[in-house]
Amino acid sequence: MDFLRPETLAEALELKAQRPDAVPIAGGTDVMVELNYDHRRPSALLDLTRVPELQQWSDGLRIGAGVPYVRIIDELGAELPGLAMASRTVGSPQIRNRGTVGGNLGAASPAGDTHPVLLASGAVIEVASVRGTRMIPAAEFYLGVKRNALEPDELIVAVHLTPAKGPQQFSKVGTRNAMVIAVCSFGISLFPEENRVGAAVGSAAPTPRRAHEAEQFLASALDFKNPKPLLDSVKREFGELVSRAASPIDDVRGSAAYRKHALAVMARRTLGWAWQELVDGERACA
Amino acid sequence: MRVNVTVNSEQRQADDVWEGESLLFVLRERLGLPGSKNACEQGECGSCTVYLDNVPVCACLVAAGQVQDREVRTVEGLADGDTLDPVQEAFVEAGAVQCGFCTPGLVVQAHDLLDRVPNPSDPEIREALAGNLCRCTGYEKILDAVRLAASRR
Ligand SMILES: Cc1cc2nc3c(=O)[nH]c(=O)nc-3n(C[C@H](O)[C@H](O)[C@H](O)COP(=O)(O)OP(=O)(O)OC[C@H]3O[C@@H](n4cnc5c(N)ncnc54)[C@H](O)[C@@H]3O)c2cc1C
Ligand code: FES
Ligand code: FES
Repeated sequence: MDFLRPETLAEALELKAQRPDAVPIAGGTDVMVELNYDHRRPSALLDLTRVPELQQWSDGLRIGAGVPYVRIIDELGAELPGLAMASRTVGSPQIRNRGTVGGNLGAASPAGDTHPVLLASGAVIEVASVRGTRMIPAAEFYLGVKRNALEPDELIVAVHLTPAKGPQQFSKVGTRNAMVIAVCSFGISLFPEENRVGAAVGSAAPTPRRAHEAEQFLASALDFKNPKPLLDSVKREFGELVSRAASPIDDVRGSAAYRKHALAVMARRTLGWAWQELVDGERACA
Repeated sequence: MRVNVTVNSEQRQADDVWEGESLLFVLRERLGLPGSKNACEQGECGSCTVYLDNVPVCACLVAAGQVQDREVRTVEGLADGDTLDPVQEAFVEAGAVQCGFCTPGLVVQAHDLLDRVPNPSDPEIREALAGNLCRCTGYEKILDAVRLAASRR
């Protein structure tokens, strides 16, 4: 096995082009488990922790693939409340100190916690190779169970997200508060100025996915200009449509029926919290 | 491969390191530092917690090559000679140690918490220690130890 240690992004892309078989390693919280348990024996590891371009973000926001969860929680919570909420539920403090959004995207597990948020808030994934850069909308990034849109010579460079323009929420069902893989999860983003809603489910289909019908229903049912307390019928219908967007399986973590039920509950609740934030905000301004 | 790394303020060198090896293996098997424990090798138990550039991480999830020229501090590096760190002392006094297997990881994690949050609330302590499993104590004495250490700093 070779251990490749690029110190710039250009060098990393060069190495990945020469060695498409090399497995990138960032926080290592997925890769090392596979190595320790002999589930994977790559011919090379490509260490990305020394590539400065991946460890930073700019105001816009373009977040380097190698920024660990702890920094998103501590330093970006105001601009990206949804991503910070999802990050806070990942693993344990030690995992959040090391694990990255780039790694979550690289692993592309249907249960990855950042995915519903990235989908609901319209994130764009910047990937690059020596051939050039591609901007891939999150909705086109997840191709199958643990499969993403990366070509063998490409690396994930950054995630592009605009600072939240309205309330965002994330919710996850698990057996305890720490250290759980999601049984299912849900993210919602409201865009009041655009009369738009983003909603996506995790761990409830072969890939994380958006709930298009639920988004459209809600956008037409909500009066963003004049936020009044929500009708129960709106919440119920939204929950129903979110649940219908999922095609979960029965597995050790939960049954398909349970997941569908839980998604409807999470969708209703998170909508309630997000909407309340808007109603309260309106009142504070008045 | 060869790995050069600062461990507990000493420049160390490990040879014949396999490229897929973990920092935990390097510490225990190559550098003679068995304080950090190996229980799960999948980040679930926290018994291998060490500081890497002052940030607590699971040593079992760090690739050996990733620590080249970096700084690691293990539980062996907390005491000052024979004088225990206040966190270690509090663990002993509060009866937070039974078999002791989880202790090194918990001590490092609690040490980091108290560095960042000198007077943590109970929820803050629980949150900070959520990635450290103990099969013996039932955690109450561990919480006592962290409170005791906080009161003495
Ligand atoms: C104990 C434990 C608990 C966990 N809990 C959760 C949880 O609650 N929620 C959750 O979502 N996940 C969880 N995980 C999984 C893991 O922590 C996350 O997926 C994390 O985001 C991975 O990031 P990393 O930087 O450690 O990735 P790595 O392990 O370094 O890499 C993961 C994958 O992405 C690829 N990769 C990494 N960076 C890039 C890049 N820049 N370009 C291309 N490919 C790249 C790697 O080749 C690999 O395939 C947990 C893991 C452990 C060990
Ligand atoms: S041995 Fe590293 S977390 Fe369990
Ligand atoms: S004292 Fe035995 S595992 Fe904690």
